[in-house]
Amino acid sequence: MARALVNVPANARRGDIIEIKALISHPMESGFRVGTNGKIIQRDIIQTFTCTYNGEEVFKAKYSPAIAANPFISFSTRATDSGEIVLAWRGDNGFEAVETKQITVE
Amino acid sequence: MMRPRRLRMIMACMAVLLAGPFASGDEIPLAARKSGSEFMSRQTQDMQNDDTSNPAMLWVLEGETLWSKPAGTANKSCSSCHRDAATSMKGVAASYPAFDETSSKVINLEQRINLCRTEQQKASPLAYESRDLLALTAYLARQSKGMPIEAKDDSRTRPFREAGEKLYSERVGQLNLSCAQCHTDNWGQKLGSALLPQAHPTAYPLYRLEWQTVGSLQRRLRNCMIGMRAEPYAYGDQEFVNLELYLMWRARGMTMEAPGVRP
Repeated sequence: MARALVNVPANARRGDIIEIKALISHPMESGFRVGTNGKIIQRDIIQTFTCTYNGEEVFKAKYSPAIAANPFISFSTRATDSGEIVLAWRGDNGFEAVETKQITVE
Repeated sequence: MMRPRRLRMIMACMAVLLAGPFASGDEIPLAARKSGSEFMSRQTQDMQNDDTSNPAMLWVLEGETLWSKPAGTANKSCSSCHRDAATSMKGVAASYPAFDETSSKVINLEQRINLCRTEQQKASPLAYESRDLLALTAYLARQSKGMPIEAKDDSRTRPFREAGEKLYSERVGQLNLSCAQCHTDNWGQKLGSALLPQAHPTAYPLYRLEWQTVGSLQRRLRNCMIGMRAEPYAYGDQEFVNLELYLMWRARGMTMEAPGVRP
């Protein structure tokens, strides 16, 4: 199971710019390395990261094999309404990790 | 044929190593000691100090889960005996390696965890550098964050510490180097492109960016030994534990940063 460390402020004032930080446990195997048996180690990376805020996509990133293991991402968005912030990572071998955080906006 | 410029660089590197006082035994004064984190870039320091960006926290989280997960035929978890780690394990990692009464020798934190597993939980010991053992040690070390390193100096641990000190200052390997030559005599200088720190184990187990994972102090020691072209001891060997004890004693009073981040 993938472990993620997600930091979303629990409270914000309407119109504030909030910072979202997320760290996920993933090997990010590049697909270019050779194993001890002389064979290429199959690529295993996260391909996309998306963040939706009350169903609306506010941030998206495409990952490449050059990104290190356990990738960290930080970005900002504007607090509009109370609700759900959903972070999702999807990648090779059917990898999927979804984290949901609640935010209260006043 | 070696280009003269390259040759000059190699000579310069050797001069750095040769210039240091040989087997001086002059330890770094207590007040002049610096943790490895002080030699890092600002960015890496920030990564270590912010729990939401420190990748080792992923292992701490996993350790927290393992702490209360029953294991072995006794079906006991760590928390069955030790309860809340935040209180029962506070300062524990800062005082390891420590003397073990039953085996009459000094053992490190990993060995202590495995003793609990085999004796109390009746489970199989965890392998060195396995994810579970790193997660548990990271979780325990985390409970000592900000506390001073406490290496006991008594008649029972002293022979082990002295054995560790001997290893620290003894030349080994094809390059015929000792730990002290780099980390006591020439810290702050460069070995190739790498900055030599003082080798204080303040942040283990730690996330090394080069490894892209968390590793134990023994993994780091093996790294150094391979670099010196010496045959490294096996994981868990008494030599390594003695060396760990000496390094912790050498860093006594310094602040625990575990789980740390290093380049």
